[in-house]
Amino acid sequence: MSANGGKSERHELSGQPQKVAFYQTGTFAVGGRLLDEELRSVQSDPERANAITKGHRACQGCGEALGARYALDAALRAADGQLIVANATGCLEVFSTPYPESSWRMAWIHSLFGNAPAVATGIAAAMRAKGRTDVRVIGQGGDGGTVDIGFGCLSGMFERNDDVLYICYDNQGYMNTGVQRSGATPPAARTATTEPIGQHAGNQFGQGKNVPLIAMAHEIPYVATATVAELRDLEHKVTRAMEYRGARYIHVLVPCPLGWGSATNEAVRLARLAKESGLFPVFEAVGGAVTSVSPIRHKVPVEEYLRPQKRFAHLFAGDGMPEIVERLQAHADRNIARFGLLDGGEEARELDLLDALALAERGV
Amino acid sequence: MPATLRKQVEGSQAMAEAIARCRPEVVCAYPITPQTHIVEAVSRIARAGRLGTCEVINVESEFAALSVSIGSSAAGARTYTATASQGLLFMCEALFNASGLGLPIVMTVANRALGAPINIWNDQSDSMAMRDSGWLQLYAIDNQEAADLHIQAFKIAEELSLPIMVCVDGFVLTHAMEPVEVPEAEAVDAFLPPFAPRQVLDPDDPYTIGAMVGPEAFTEVRYLQHVQQLAALEVIPRVAAEFEAQFGRRAGGLVEPYRSEDAETIVLALGSVNGTLQEVIDEQREQGAAVGSVALKSYRPFPFHAVREALGHAQRVIVLERALAPGIGGVVVADVERALAGLGIPTHTVIAGLGGRAITRRSLREMLAADLGDLHFLDLRTDVIEKELTR
Repeated sequence: MSANGGKSERHELSGQPQKVAFYQTGTFAVGGRLLDEELRSVQSDPERANAITKGHRACQGCGEALGARYALDAALRAADGQLIVANATGCLEVFSTPYPESSWRMAWIHSLFGNAPAVATGIAAAMRAKGRTDVRVIGQGGDGGTVDIGFGCLSGMFERNDDVLYICYDNQGYMNTGVQRSGATPPAARTATTEPIGQHAGNQFGQGKNVPLIAMAHEIPYVATATVAELRDLEHKVTRAMEYRGARYIHVLVPCPLGWGSATNEAVRLARLAKESGLFPVFEAVGGAVTSVSPIRHKVPVEEYLRPQKRFAHLFAGDGMPEIVERLQAHADRNIARFGLLDGGEEARELDLLDALALAERGV
Repeated sequence: MPATLRKQVEGSQAMAEAIARCRPEVVCAYPITPQTHIVEAVSRIARAGRLGTCEVINVESEFAALSVSIGSSAAGARTYTATASQGLLFMCEALFNASGLGLPIVMTVANRALGAPINIWNDQSDSMAMRDSGWLQLYAIDNQEAADLHIQAFKIAEELSLPIMVCVDGFVLTHAMEPVEVPEAEAVDAFLPPFAPRQVLDPDDPYTIGAMVGPEAFTEVRYLQHVQQLAALEVIPRVAAEFEAQFGRRAGGLVEPYRSEDAETIVLALGSVNGTLQEVIDEQREQGAAVGSVALKSYRPFPFHAVREALGHAQRVIVLERALAPGIGGVVVADVERALAGLGIPTHTVIAGLGGRAITRRSLREMLAADLGDLHFLDLRTDVIEKELTR
């Protein structure tokens, strides 16, 4: 019989609202209190869905737990609670469902490491067959489950334009199995399988495997990137994605203190530096074309992003490896040019109160 | 008798018609010879609008095909898929997952050899290799039974909340023209109730399905899976009896003895070879030989009691296997010997029909006349192997 992780409580959209404790001082959420309710972020909404509850086993400072909560709460609100999630094997699955407990307050299934997009397709097909087009489907996983072992299923789901939003929480390595290299691990990074010893310092410089761009090449309705440094932006993009039918993809950078060798209170700052350095471009694409980018507000050299992370410590030990840092800087500069991250042109936009107002105008 | 369509038809078309009458809600498969004609026919039926809102999904691999099936079954949809050979192996990881999650997916396995060397023709190495995957496995003798077993399979799977393979010999059955009666949809509706899932992904009643289970409960979950599979030993013959009562013909069940009550030599075999075997037994009986056969219909779960009852009076038992476990020999024979434990009946394993080599009446006659050892390869071309062995 099934390993059934116990029945979760009903999420609060269909029951009594769970009152939000406004302890998030210094965040957008507390600022949201000053707004009318319809302008507030999902997280500051007194009737927020709370897709994943506290008590899960994520590490302190886990970017993935943060990203998943914001993304799924926004999706639950957009779907009016009618949401089913298929989760790939990985940290998120392991830390949220230690039998007989579950942190998920929503219909949730875990099948395998490499098949979450296909499982999501199956759920969507079942809902269509039953005429339940009100029920929306999300597939999600880490970078290993998405860009490596699950990539075939992901591409197939894109190609068929199945009605699934897939969210990748990218912490740039196989963190659940002990920090091994994945197809999303950046060049030069130290992992358990790319030690900075021998001739090559850390992970090799390859051609990269940019799944957001690969998703765009499938010309699916909506592709976006986001980080946990800009949670309103993440909420906004999930909400936007839910307005479309068909295959959609959101790639969220979620720092991992354990795997990156960074302080647990640095996850959000590192996510911001990844974006502000140009190493992680934040953008939206509709129908295969970039429609907006989040411009760099305060450009920083990549070194500022790399230094706080022990996975890059070998680049700065002793005489350092300035030529490697230069190559990484060149990578960031290429992103800046390619996406116009410093242009601040008409397309680019800042996500702030004005965005909240724009959302309200669209009735979101 | 309910109205039926009896016509000369290719096995794959008959199976597809039977599957369609079971009203699947999601069909998802990836093409592989010799399964293709079944899925093509189901797709055609769906495209013609005969399956209502059924979703037919063409995916990029067998791994995806079964993964989509896992999702749709968990979401409460009656789900069908089909594969063969390398495709079944490519599903392997998802096979264990589907059975562990208790999802009643019905899958046709058009039995085909495994490479290397690559070979598209029939043997049963593929489903035999997946014997421990937690799926029920039924084997059809002919195309009438192949069609009927699919109708039974949905009922068995959904009652037990376990996945099931209907194993049919590739080409020998899938591409053979035979007269087959396919029941009318109304009759199948009367036999097969709508799918009432034991667990379902429902936003209004949300469950966590597929949680991580540690050492404190994993053994218990697996134990319950074992108990559930054993429960099929009661369900499979009951469903076969219900089928016979409603449709007036026998199909399925655990074992099918043929002229074996007073037989001294009994041959046990799976699948279509039983047809040829029964003809040879008729001949031999006319000549006074005390021979009989037993078709094993349910390989998983293995019906130890039924096999012991069917074979326990024999002087010797020949297990005719269409698969080879290199380094061991036969696959099914180990289970047969366990079923016969303590009876002192000698067993002989005969490996036959690998990679599509025809199992002829002449070969079977010779097999019955031969002084068999523990392990015998039927029609082995010794000239070919001796050259290699002496190189």
